[in-house]
Amino acid sequence: MDKSTFEDPQTIAGPMHAELRHDSAHKHVAGTADYIDDMPEPAGTLHGALGLTDRAHAEILEMDLSAVAALPGVVSVLTAKDMPHSNDISSTHLHDEPVLADGRVQFHGQPAFAVIAETRDIARRAARLAKITYRDLPHRIDVADAMAGGGELVTPPLTLQRGDAEGELERAPRRLRGKMRIGGQEHFYLEGHIALAIPGEDDDMTVWVSTQHPSEIQHMVAQVLGVPSNAVTVNVRRMGGGFGGKETQGNQFAALAAVAARKLRRAVKFRPDRDDDMMATGKRHDFLVDYDVGFDDAGNILAVQATYAARCGFSADLSGPVTDRALFHADNAYFYPHVKLTSQPLKTNTVSNTAFRGFGGPQGMVGCERIIEEVAYALGKDPLEIRKLNFYGDKDSGRNVTPYHQKIDDNIIPQIIEELEASADYQARRAAIVEFNRTSRVIRKGIALTPVKFGISFTLTHLNQAGALVHIYTDGSVHLNHGGTEMGQGLNTKVAQVLADSFQIDIDRVKITATTTGKVPNTSATAASSGSDLNGMAAFDAARQIKERLVAFAAERWQTTPDNVSFVQNHVKIGEERVPFAELIGQAYIARVQLSAAGFYKTPKIHWDRAAGRGTPFYYFAYGAAVSEVSIDTLTGEYLVDRVDVLHDVGRSLNPAIDIGQVEGGFVQGMGWLTTEELWWDEKGRLRTHAPSTYKIPLASDRPKVFNVRLAEWSENAEKTIGRSKAVGEPPLMLPISVLEALSMAVASVSDYRECPRLDAPATPERVLMAVERLKQLA
Amino acid sequence: MTQASDSIRFILNDTEIALSDVAPTDTLLDFLRLQRRLTGTKEGCAEGDCGACTVLIGQLAGDAKDDESLVYETVNACIRFVGSLNATHVVTVEHLAAGDGTLHPVQQAMVDYHGSQCGFCTPGIVMSLYGLWLTNDNPSRAAIEKALQGNLCRCTGYEPIVRAAEAAAKERPSAIFDPITRTREKVAARLKALQATETIVIRNGEDCLVVPADAAGLASVLAENPDATIVSGSTDVGLWVTKQMRPISPAVFIGGIADLQRIETSEAGLTIGAGVSYTAAFEALSSAYPSFGGLLDRIGGEQVRNMGTIGGNIANGSPIGDSPPPLIALGATVTLRSKDGTRSLPLEDFFIAYGKQDRGPGEFVESIFAPALPAGDRFAAYKVTKRRDEDISALLGAFLISLERARVKTARIAFGGMAATPKRAKAIEAALIGEPWTEDTVRAAQAAFETDFQPITDWRASSAYRMLAAKNLLMRFFLESVGEKAQLQRFEYVA
Repeated sequence: MDKSTFEDPQTIAGPMHAELRHDSAHKHVAGTADYIDDMPEPAGTLHGALGLTDRAHAEILEMDLSAVAALPGVVSVLTAKDMPHSNDISSTHLHDEPVLADGRVQFHGQPAFAVIAETRDIARRAARLAKITYRDLPHRIDVADAMAGGGELVTPPLTLQRGDAEGELERAPRRLRGKMRIGGQEHFYLEGHIALAIPGEDDDMTVWVSTQHPSEIQHMVAQVLGVPSNAVTVNVRRMGGGFGGKETQGNQFAALAAVAARKLRRAVKFRPDRDDDMMATGKRHDFLVDYDVGFDDAGNILAVQATYAARCGFSADLSGPVTDRALFHADNAYFYPHVKLTSQPLKTNTVSNTAFRGFGGPQGMVGCERIIEEVAYALGKDPLEIRKLNFYGDKDSGRNVTPYHQKIDDNIIPQIIEELEASADYQARRAAIVEFNRTSRVIRKGIALTPVKFGISFTLTHLNQAGALVHIYTDGSVHLNHGGTEMGQGLNTKVAQVLADSFQIDIDRVKITATTTGKVPNTSATAASSGSDLNGMAAFDAARQIKERLVAFAAERWQTTPDNVSFVQNHVKIGEERVPFAELIGQAYIARVQLSAAGFYKTPKIHWDRAAGRGTPFYYFAYGAAVSEVSIDTLTGEYLVDRVDVLHDVGRSLNPAIDIGQVEGGFVQGMGWLTTEELWWDEKGRLRTHAPSTYKIPLASDRPKVFNVRLAEWSENAEKTIGRSKAVGEPPLMLPISVLEALSMAVASVSDYRECPRLDAPATPERVLMAVERLKQLA
Repeated sequence: MTQASDSIRFILNDTEIALSDVAPTDTLLDFLRLQRRLTGTKEGCAEGDCGACTVLIGQLAGDAKDDESLVYETVNACIRFVGSLNATHVVTVEHLAAGDGTLHPVQQAMVDYHGSQCGFCTPGIVMSLYGLWLTNDNPSRAAIEKALQGNLCRCTGYEPIVRAAEAAAKERPSAIFDPITRTREKVAARLKALQATETIVIRNGEDCLVVPADAAGLASVLAENPDATIVSGSTDVGLWVTKQMRPISPAVFIGGIADLQRIETSEAGLTIGAGVSYTAAFEALSSAYPSFGGLLDRIGGEQVRNMGTIGGNIANGSPIGDSPPPLIALGATVTLRSKDGTRSLPLEDFFIAYGKQDRGPGEFVESIFAPALPAGDRFAAYKVTKRRDEDISALLGAFLISLERARVKTARIAFGGMAATPKRAKAIEAALIGEPWTEDTVRAAQAAFETDFQPITDWRASSAYRMLAAKNLLMRFFLESVGEKAQLQRFEYVA
């Protein structure tokens, strides 16, 4: 579809490409936007709490729950054997993830039972009264442990290979090897997990869940209960943040609520305390990247070989596609003439890591940018110079093939970099910083410009499909439903804009309704940044069907040809006549025209052969770049982010206000991941940073002091996406790699930039100070 | 009107509430959400760190007790107990918009500037910005960030929220538009009437909560109940309840005791009542000891500083409390009171061991006295954290030295986060005293850290980092004393 197929966008309120507020903004600020815990509870609703284990790896010898059950107000205590049909919520169908631990504990905090009580408070108190006897088993907590223990994998690894990396590394004039640790990340959605299950007649179960993936919740609840999918309806109006943490991790709470609701014939709600949520649900994978790069004296990269080993936790969950995506982004925006990349999805006795905005891509990219830094420091050059030498070329350059053999046809990185380098005054500022560092004893500065190229599509090709359901009622008001979920990203606003634009009616005539498996079936998770691309197109298709019927009806009624019928400014223009939209709808109804349609979309062109490591997994790429400037205190390692300039590509923006919000928010979230957000496990395998008191996400005072964010307004998607826009959810998260590298440059100044600081992530003040010390000793 | 002695009475938005069935552990957040179905106020963490539950609490401060003295401050409803609400005005997000649904300027600016995405943190952020709006019509970015220190947003990156705060500050349609401004006089009069003149006692089965009217009442209550939990700002006790689910009965709520909230400045120094919040202490402490102000701004978020007290920070004996090290360096004394009278001791002697303080049965911390800074003495306190603001210290160093003819005459140095208690660094002090105040002396003295401290490794920092950073803080103190820039500041200091 081309944007030219749309009518003049200036004539209605809220067309595509308009700067529009979030559809729920007025409710957010008034406290009237309902999240699941805000909904009135059905009479007699019971409340659940998880019974957590406190061993990283152990056999459960005995579980004495008598005190739990005896606490007044406790109604029921559930264990694995109470699952009516199946104690399995493995999203991969590998049967490696129980609802409740059955005989064996695989991570510290794994739930082994659940308490159902009259109040949440009673349930939580009771959950602490269990007496569990364990026989400890050896545990493997991190990547190093897992490797030392034989390197058991949770899912098959991937290899991407092109050319002869090994041979070229041997032959390269220069060669460097190194390792980088990249930490994980807690989602810290402000609304924690929650599920409310309401039993109906027969097998029916309605579940309200804070989830990005209602269809999977539906399937898991059906599977655990042993009922067909058509008995389970899953609803979600909005989430208080998701970020990937609600792609699969809601299964457990929904399943437990449904099991209890079925058993007790009462509504049951699970809302874990923040600490339980952080201990019992998965996070971003942390990685150990082992890299080997061959290059020449000019800085041309000749070959790269790297292994990306990830802490996956006790089960596969999404670790397969996450570690795959890490490899898909281990090239970032650079052409590697010879390359071999391998993933190592390691099993550990920790909570099963899961999706998180970027889905492995960020870790792939951070490892890649470390390689660029290594080459630059080895040659005494500005890393930006090395970047420019190694960017992918255009279609005809012979330098546009990725390690997975997809050709890049839409490369705009050179334009982005050129424009940003100038607008951010990069060269002059870098020179000034080098000068500043020559004379400043304690405070040092750094600056870095890093690019982002991010592949858009689910790499599991069949997931790239979506549906929408559109009704027009006889008064001309429009009911919109689609398979995507709203977690704050503004998806509903954008899809409503598509409908308003299609029908050329004001957006306030379009009612956005809760996502439900009952209206649009078999949906994919709202993930992989795909929400607007897929659901926008599905809604567009639904509108197209209704419009075709309306046009045919109008042409017949007004005795004209269909090409004389058009939708303009809340009217339908039929020949010379302008009929109000609502009036035409009323007449169409009387004439028995169907005013409802189910739209559908599947992404064209993509295919992926994982075994061969070849294909076109991505429909297109989103690009961007950022310049970050930081100051560090070389006495304590503390730092400030002084200024950030971003230029980001969202194609032709569906809603610039929302897209800027995604870029700013993604940047700060990614910056948190690479700086202050540190997950810390003790030797017993206990996560000790399981609350905001100990796990530090950015505050307002951490955001860049000067923060200039622009969209590349000249960009249009080369592919026929909705309005020629591009996905925006994940790509900006990787822009703050520039912050990490700027910190690294500030550290490097203490040894006159002769050594690559090899600053690992997250670059906490402690890591910065220790890197400063290491370089001082070398100097 | 006489005050009943068996109920907690307060105003919730525009409704007067009297509760005689209150458990000591009942939180304001659960009361709002479960009892009143005011679901705009959210639970994000239940430990006072995320701010999703932010509400305003108005109370009469100072001795005048008129509408001038009615002060509204943001607090975290999740760790604020209902038992502490007597004679307060609780304002929730539902109270802001006009009856016809017209949004308050703060809310409208948040809409116009795209300040919400998922919206879950938004009501709390609106309340924090509203608290700022009430007192500041031209806030600097530093002031806005300070007002937002206790609010986490995971979606926006905060930039649009800051822009909204700037825009809202200028929007003041009329005095009657604002719900708090409109009712200020009336509310002040009602709160004055609601103030208890005698001890409030509420018993329910084994649960007992007590709200003494004054310090003497507190002393009697503690004499009868030496094991009672003293609850002041509840920024710590709140978590005992929400996280550890510990019983705290009998609980004695002392937040409303006016005679524990006095600050007295004399030539000799500064006396701070144990019930003085960080916010209330800010002005006095930062003018007497300028380095203290910068430190106070990094303790907790705004809500926690409005609730938490200096006395509580001392009395709970934490090794990572932020006020003890600077107070120890300053040579502060603590005064304890019981029914039998008062006694004072040097603050450093109050901390005996981890979890053990020199506080006898029936005693409570009444006040802290810090001597005035002698002219020419240098004092500084430095906090080191993973995240700059609203983070618990990895370590905190406080330094006080006097020089005589370029030599160190006296030195008092104390650290938090380096031992099981806040601790004087006597070996380091000894290594400095009598020596010339030079970089060489500082380098030599750094070795003495190993004598004074053997810090632990935990999630906030490794032992090696704590030791290295502690040594470097002494160097920072020296370098700053000779005029070198040796620490980062995001903004020039704003009081």
